[in-house]
Amino acid sequence: MLHTFVALVENKPGVLTRVASLFRRLNINITSLTVGESERSGVSRMTIVAEAAVDRAHRIMASLYKLENVLEVDDVGRHSAVVRELAIVKVAAGPKTRAHLFELAKVFHARIVDLAPESLMLEITGGASKIEGLVQVLVESDYQILEMARTGRMAMRRGQHTSRVLDALREVPATSESTLAGKPKHTALGKVSTEGHA
Amino acid sequence: MNNSDNANHADPAIYSHPTRLTGAETLWATLVGEGVRDVFGYPGGAILPAYDALRKFPLRHILVRHEQGAAHMADGYARASGRVGVAVATSGPGATNMVTGIANAMMDSIPLVCITGQVSSTVLGTDAFQEVDITGITLPITKHNYLIHRAEDIAPAIREAFLIAKSGRPGPVLIDITKNAQQASAIFDFAAAAPAAYRPHPMLRADASSIRDAAELLRSAKRPVILAGHGILQSNAMEQVRALAERMQIPVACTLLGLGAFPASHPLNLGMMGMHGESWVNQAIQQSDLLLACGMRFDDRVTGSLATYALQAKKIHIEIDPSEIGKNVPVDVALIGDLKEVLEVLLPALPKIKSSEWLQAIDAMKGDAAVRDIQNLPDDGHLYAAHVMHDLWHATSGNAIIATDVGQHQMWEAQYYKHEHPRTLITSGGLGTMGFALPAAIGAKIACPDKEVWVIAGDGGFQMTSPELATIAQEKIKVNLAVINNGYLGMVRQWQERFYDKNYECTPLLSPDFVKLAGAHGIAGATARKRPEAVSAIEAARKHDGAFLIDFRVEQEDSVYPMVPAGAALHEMIRRPKSDPLKNNQRRNPLVETASDV
Ligand SMILES: Cc1ncc(C[n+]2csc(CCOP(=O)(O)OP(=O)(O)O)c2C)c(N)n1
Ligand SMILES: [Mg+2]
Repeated sequence: MLHTFVALVENKPGVLTRVASLFRRLNINITSLTVGESERSGVSRMTIVAEAAVDRAHRIMASLYKLENVLEVDDVGRHSAVVRELAIVKVAAGPKTRAHLFELAKVFHARIVDLAPESLMLEITGGASKIEGLVQVLVESDYQILEMARTGRMAMRRGQHTSRVLDALREVPATSESTLAGKPKHTALGKVSTEGHA
Repeated sequence: MNNSDNANHADPAIYSHPTRLTGAETLWATLVGEGVRDVFGYPGGAILPAYDALRKFPLRHILVRHEQGAAHMADGYARASGRVGVAVATSGPGATNMVTGIANAMMDSIPLVCITGQVSSTVLGTDAFQEVDITGITLPITKHNYLIHRAEDIAPAIREAFLIAKSGRPGPVLIDITKNAQQASAIFDFAAAAPAAYRPHPMLRADASSIRDAAELLRSAKRPVILAGHGILQSNAMEQVRALAERMQIPVACTLLGLGAFPASHPLNLGMMGMHGESWVNQAIQQSDLLLACGMRFDDRVTGSLATYALQAKKIHIEIDPSEIGKNVPVDVALIGDLKEVLEVLLPALPKIKSSEWLQAIDAMKGDAAVRDIQNLPDDGHLYAAHVMHDLWHATSGNAIIATDVGQHQMWEAQYYKHEHPRTLITSGGLGTMGFALPAAIGAKIACPDKEVWVIAGDGGFQMTSPELATIAQEKIKVNLAVINNGYLGMVRQWQERFYDKNYECTPLLSPDFVKLAGAHGIAGATARKRPEAVSAIEAARKHDGAFLIDFRVEQEDSVYPMVPAGAALHEMIRRPKSDPLKNNQRRNPLVETASDV
């Protein structure tokens, strides 16, 4: 199945490699991976979509957390979330064929963002199926797709959920909405070896 | 020259008053501040500024003969002492030579801090002389790594590296420091360089309800077995495991790295499980109705075929690394956290049990094992490796630290040297790295100078790192070396015998005269071909002041039994034939003589 994880990571060189390398090591193919800034400086947000067996989510999350630069991981696929992707598609179209494309754009809530004598460019946001729907119609209507670029998915949970780490950083006490609720205090069990050097 | 003789102690005031130091000085000062006394290393261009400053600090530097040796020594040092081991190398080939040692530490969760020099940041990425992307190369085999190119970042990186290396599930951390960062200077403020508080893995979970579930399973189990792993040593949970076993009369089976975590002589100790575990241990696991896994990871070498593994047993898994839960074997209750802390919470919830029929049933499973045991065969004038292990155990009263290499001798040691105490077996489990024993033993001896330390290596593996004999000589290290010389890459030959129709392709081995090799380093030695010679050679080695090597010419075509073929069910063991198997179809490696030739 397709898993969707959101990971908040330190914005430092090499962090993307570490995350990507982990999936390689686990022999899991990444379907898409987007990275960008988050609401907090120094913290980047990744949305990772990967194809893996249902029962592997636990191990993927646990392994991501073992990376020192990973601050928080959320398996958003298990929650109600807004998932969006942006695509820009350049289609071959002269003056005669444009009109139909304008109509298509309207149906798909896409925008025309560039118009040239021999081509035009569509911009579309939405879930993957919406984008793939547009592409399918274009292909079936014998349009020639000259270029296509997709951002990959970005995801955010609906409702009041905010990230646990950022909560902690803001020193907001865990509310019942927080993922901390109902879980034991784990700090007690995360022992640092006390056997230092004498 | 030994640096410890002329250590010019750095002014202790630098730890209380921020002081301007070069990056090179900062490196050593931070190590000293972290409590380091010994480092294993090898110099070269990109780490030369650091070496230039070494003498000012109270550190013993052991000059190795190959950087793999430095990593293994730091590893043996860490395993023997529980402290973080430190290895140092130059850029390029120095760094890549350490890779095997780092991977070895990663697989066995050993806390190391490895320092490598790197070309100056001004030429990074230009394929400068001896430039290699060591942080890229070691990314999947370190817990974390750093590329440091500013002097002011050195102390914070090293301090954080120590915290990461020893916290949670331990592991190696590498710090790559550019030459110009070593040469530049910055204010050294040890206190300010302290890392942020350790952040435990957020998925740790051992809440009251899971503890209750575990206690309930334990209470109702009729045929429980404790699987004792390396995590017991890592967490220092020896007493807690023992208390639990005794309280509920649960027998204990050890993984290879768990040997010593539970006293061998304890009546509840079954012995080692897995591919070369004793038959009754694996039988007990297969018939068990509850496995309590303590700090172990259900490696393929201990489970055999997963499809047939302990099918009747519920499983409780106590483990610090959440990514190990359910990885190979689905579990009924997971207690994810530090083993010692979890057991301390679990123990009071468990009843005392006086006796158990299950223990008697396991005793009955031993059946004819004693008859098959090579120790009980009449002395036929041959020297068996198992005899050597037994005699070593006997001579040292089971109290020595033994570093083993990888192969048949490693398994015989695990079977016949009864480890009473934690941290007395130092062996490469996960990676199975030939060449580990000799350098690891050096590290162990440096960590525990008052302990008797033995290397047990095969004729093959010994040659992978034998140049470290020169390190032993230069540093005057008293370790005893037992080469189990069977003329073959024995473990591979055993597989060829079983699974490749005795096609002994590329496994017969021509070796140097090991005693002469030792002699060339000024190290004493003796050859033993018969059992009485073995016993007296062991005594000679123990009495001798310096290092001592014994070349044990053992049976060439002996095999390790029992054996679970790879992929077979754990209870489908190949047992040692009752009659001496060696008499009949013996083929010998013509390159090496044994007792029978003399
Ligand atoms: C570095 C490395 N290369 C290859 C192997 C594969 N291997 C495992 S055991 C073994 C034979 C070891 O022979 P020896 O050191 O003589 O020990 P013996 O089995 O004869 O006791 C080999 C080649 C390995 N474990 N490590
Ligand atoms: Mg051999």
